[in-house]
Amino acid sequence: MAIEIELLKSVPYFSGLHPPELEAIKRHVFEQSAERNDMIVLEDEPAEAVYCVVSGAVKVFKTSVEGKEQILCIIRPGESFNDVSVFDAGPNPASAIAMTPVTLYGITRAAMEALLREYPAIANNVIKVLSKKVRHFVSLVEDLSFRHVTSRIAKLLLEYATNHAVQDEEPQARPKLTQQEMAAMVGTAREVVGRSLKALEESGAIRMDRHRIVITNKKVLEEASGVTE
Amino acid sequence: MFEMPIINRELCNGCGLCLSVCECGALAIVGNIIRIVDTDECGYCTECEAVCPTGAIQCPYEIVIEESYEINPE
Repeated sequence: MAIEIELLKSVPYFSGLHPPELEAIKRHVFEQSAERNDMIVLEDEPAEAVYCVVSGAVKVFKTSVEGKEQILCIIRPGESFNDVSVFDAGPNPASAIAMTPVTLYGITRAAMEALLREYPAIANNVIKVLSKKVRHFVSLVEDLSFRHVTSRIAKLLLEYATNHAVQDEEPQARPKLTQQEMAAMVGTAREVVGRSLKALEESGAIRMDRHRIVITNKKVLEEASGVTE
Repeated sequence: MFEMPIINRELCNGCGLCLSVCECGALAIVGNIIRIVDTDECGYCTECEAVCPTGAIQCPYEIVIEESYEINPE
């Protein structure tokens, strides 16, 4: 399928460029499609390109040797991933999987070098894109390194379960929390909450029962929260 | 009836990302707005909430202590 100018405009690297320039840029860009759950990029493999999502959503993640997954970010239309490898010639820094059927615009390292030579304005856009990503990752590093998110999530669950005992209220009146709300309450990212809930489930403290978080062992949850009697 | 994700129609921009991430048919798009389709196929994976760029989908959790644990914690 041909690269469309209108869609190319939504790529942050090409922001502010005029239609004639975009028309010329088209030849440096390739289109790639993927089905849901297709692995687009594998961590540590040689990098082929930076990808911009035109439609669909992509999950970028790292996997530990034990198989634990840490989501780094979810990439939506108008955003890019695997950026650094086209600038430093290194391997893919993380894996990326299609969460939905996706259409991507890819730019290889050689093409990016040519684009930067021909259209220096792109360099400013590259700086903006990478700066935004650095800010995101610095914040994520802070969450993962310095904040004991799992213990704060444990404390939050204990407070909610204790203060709003099931028998006290009608089901509709019981307070509920989304993962986004939990993230906001303990000062972290939604991606980190998902991992903390998994960790608490693996420890036997809770059970994820569809739309319910069931505290199966209050003592273990209290220990995880740092609250001990 | 199962608890289902909740749509805030004012925030929904009709982008359809949630629809494409949903594997159980719990979402449909009607008039450019996402609607919930009640189905017991919905496993509450919360991917629709995670992928929504406008925060229009919520998958709230009820937080409860297991009843058997409350009776006999040991």
